[in-house]
Amino acid sequence: MNNILKKRILADDMKELVVESPQIAKVRKAGQFVIVRANETGERIPLTIADADAEAGTITLIFQEVGKSTMLLGCFEEGDSILDVVGPLGKPTHIENFGTVVCMGGGAGIAPLHPIAKALKEAGNRVISIIGARTEDLLIMQKRMKEASTELLISTDDGSFGVHGFVTDILQSLIDKGEKINLCFAIGPIPMMAAACRLTKKYDLHTVVSLNPIMVDGTGMCGACRVTVGGKTKFVCVDGPEFDGHEVDFTEMVKRSRAYLPQERESKDRFIHEGGCCHK
Amino acid sequence: MPEQDPDIRRHNFEEVPFGYTPELAQLEAERCLFCKKPKCIEGCPVNIDIPAFIRLIKDGDFSGAARKIKEENTLPAICGRVCPQEEQCEIVCVTGIKDTPVAIGRLERFAADYERENNLIEIPDKAPATGKKAAIVGAGPAGLTVAGELAKLGHEVTIYEALHQPGGVLMYGIPEFRLPKAIVNSEVEYVKKLGVKIVYNAVIGRYMAVDDLLQDYDSVFLGTGAGLPYFMNIPGENLNGVYSANEYLTRSNLMKAYRFPEYDTPIIKSKKVAVLGGGNVAMDSARTAMRLGAEEVSIIYRRSRKEMPARIEEVHHAEEEGIILELLTNPIEIYGDEDGWVTGMKCLRMELGEPDASGRRRPVPIEGSEFDIEVDTVVVSIGNGANPLVPQTTPGLDTNKWGNILADDNTAATSKPGVYAGGDIVIGAATVILAMGAGKIAAAAMHRYMMGIPEPEPALEEESSKSKKKK
Ligand SMILES: Cc1cc2nc3c(=O)[nH]c(=O)nc-3n(C[C@H](O)[C@H](O)[C@H](O)COP(=O)(O)OP(=O)(O)OC[C@H]3O[C@@H](n4cnc5c(N)ncnc54)[C@H](O)[C@@H]3O)c2cc1C
Ligand SMILES: Cc1cc2nc3c(=O)[nH]c(=O)nc-3n(C[C@H](O)[C@H](O)[C@H](O)COP(=O)(O)OP(=O)(O)OC[C@H]3O[C@@H](n4cnc5c(N)ncnc54)[C@H](O)[C@@H]3O)c2cc1C
Ligand code: SF4
Ligand code: SF4
Ligand code: FES
Repeated sequence: MNNILKKRILADDMKELVVESPQIAKVRKAGQFVIVRANETGERIPLTIADADAEAGTITLIFQEVGKSTMLLGCFEEGDSILDVVGPLGKPTHIENFGTVVCMGGGAGIAPLHPIAKALKEAGNRVISIIGARTEDLLIMQKRMKEASTELLISTDDGSFGVHGFVTDILQSLIDKGEKINLCFAIGPIPMMAAACRLTKKYDLHTVVSLNPIMVDGTGMCGACRVTVGGKTKFVCVDGPEFDGHEVDFTEMVKRSRAYLPQERESKDRFIHEGGCCHK
Repeated sequence: MPEQDPDIRRHNFEEVPFGYTPELAQLEAERCLFCKKPKCIEGCPVNIDIPAFIRLIKDGDFSGAARKIKEENTLPAICGRVCPQEEQCEIVCVTGIKDTPVAIGRLERFAADYERENNLIEIPDKAPATGKKAAIVGAGPAGLTVAGELAKLGHEVTIYEALHQPGGVLMYGIPEFRLPKAIVNSEVEYVKKLGVKIVYNAVIGRYMAVDDLLQDYDSVFLGTGAGLPYFMNIPGENLNGVYSANEYLTRSNLMKAYRFPEYDTPIIKSKKVAVLGGGNVAMDSARTAMRLGAEEVSIIYRRSRKEMPARIEEVHHAEEEGIILELLTNPIEIYGDEDGWVTGMKCLRMELGEPDASGRRRPVPIEGSEFDIEVDTVVVSIGNGANPLVPQTTPGLDTNKWGNILADDNTAATSKPGVYAGGDIVIGAATVILAMGAGKIAAAAMHRYMMGIPEPEPALEEESSKSKKKK
């Protein structure tokens, strides 16, 4: 169960695992995620299903190593297996032919964006994807995003590749050019999603975001993942992960995502100090 | 019963009562009058033959006693610990009229512990294979009971469980110091030895639908529990440091956050903790907070001590451990700092007015009684509702307006043919033994359904009202 069939290093701290999981591969839809627990002492962390192959019975996970749990997962090699993989969780993306859709992805957010862009294109949409990263080396999934989109635009914060600037700068220029956009998806770090929503709100351009709060069970049992959307409390794992970005309280979300900073640091330092990957 | 000293136990997660020695158990068993018409049996929702097992203890046949209990109750080591005996089997015991009632729960626990600790557990004979297959959704006490009963009747049984461990609330909710997880595991092992298969990480409604299960199985039981936490809907509830009891307890129990950083799941290190609510869940949360190292823990409850739904024993244990009860108090706002962390709470004093629909006197706010308290962590423990995942994804499955699945009292049958339900998902957050009682009713009906045996005439009114009895 949950055997790792393939591992790829996409960027320094960005890894891709192809995991054997036939039932999830068969039923998952764009926008859904899994929760994994690497080993017996591991915590439960959510990761989007970046791709799946129903025939081969595999799902693809792409993640950025930001702390102990993702670093530990990054140590896993082909032939190893992940102790627990549960899913697919969350509501699937609502897919139909909207017309022209802009899909914006930043950093590790490109991974969750990929299956959505792909499904939108398959449904007949004209998909303009805009992906960005801090610098060229950190830019992932270019080729796959190109296949999943009608058009692919790229930005880097330092100008090392594509447009010098942020993904929102590209969107702004599209709007300025008079491009008629029916719908927007924005997935990435919270500041990026917040910035995208500030911009699209000005033009009354409906924008869907995929939120990534701290989770535990992923089934609506604990409430760890609650966010305020349109003044109401929602549980992201069952009511989301996608919401109308113009309604999301991003300020609260940022604060909530920092709830365990001291412990996360302690965990990470201990992991590195004790020899990192030997702990798998 | 001997137990850990409060000053020591408030710093550890080990079980509080030590349990009877064989001598103490036999001494207690001597007190039973072995009544001709034992009232205690009627008080037990699964009708254990109580005098019979107590007699075996008295005669020194401890594993025989355990086997006797298991004829009616597959999880005796658990029920002996967490059943509200004082309002079920023990309250009606005749020795209780003049003296304290026979300690039935403790004796039950003793017999089960003795059998397990001495490796005397025997797997009962199973009926020949029927060739029928049943799927159980949820490995809580309801689901485990149905699984065990159906396996004994010769059916092939598979449990689908959303989490990575079995037991439901027994594993993620009730803390180690009240119910050691090794005991839950051992009772689950017993069910597995009966031939039951368990598939973990399988969230029905997402991983597979109930309709998918009906393709592969001859009947399905839904025992998904009451896993949807209620919040107070007061300002400040999304601040850092505000937990649902479910999250707080799940982090600590299931994910072992009390052993962080050895285990990776973190939990906030608190100084002053307020737990909102007055039930068992509130007591468990408060006592967990104490053990996690908080300096001060209070339970904030809007009615008086008399109305507290928690077991008397647990309130007593909590107070012994230094937990403060703030009664007749209702929080109306949680304060936070600019980084989003809890700093305090605004509360109101209450007084008791006229009785409400539940017969308990309704708490009414005293005007102008607002006051502030300083806290850094708030655990909301005011109850759980029904998780909507299964009903939402199962066409033809009827629920009531709170989202509980509707099931027949006598058969546990739902509105969907071949699908049965029981436990907290049907009656709302209740007790382990009621969930098991429902499981037994369901197993019997599922057996009849799968084997094509006609339903008997509906049971007497008295019988059916018992299965509805709520805590
Ligand atoms: C629905 C969803 C889908 C996601 N998909 C992806 C993905 O495809 N690729 C990817 O790289 N990341 C994804 N994430 C984020 C990923 O779960 C976190 O990066 C990971 O949990 C961090 O764990 P850590 O121990 O390595 O880091 P930590 O040091 O523990 O934390 C780093 C930061 O990650 C967040 N985090 C910590 N614990 C959790 C947790 N249990 N659940 C969620 N967030 C947490 C916190 O904001 C924290 O500040 C997703 C999150 C959600 C909710
Ligand atoms: C903290 C706490 C303390 C308690 N203390 C006591 C006590 O002292 N005495 C007492 O008698 N009772 C107590 N109770 C109540 C008692 O635990 C419950 O009434 C009992 O566990 C209900 O059993 P159940 O089988 O119906 O549900 P649960 O125990 O809730 O089990 C349901 C199971 O189904 C799983 N599940 C849910 N949805 C799905 C899905 N879609 N697919 C697959 N699996 C799913 C869950 O993960 C869970 O494992 C307490 C409850 C809590 C929360
Ligand atoms: S199962 Fe509960 S109610 Fe029944 S005899 Fe045991 S302790 Fe009493
Ligand atoms: S009612 Fe009390 S004394 Fe009588 S049989 Fe039951 S436990 Fe014994
Ligand atoms: S993660 Fe527990 S409710 Fe969403």
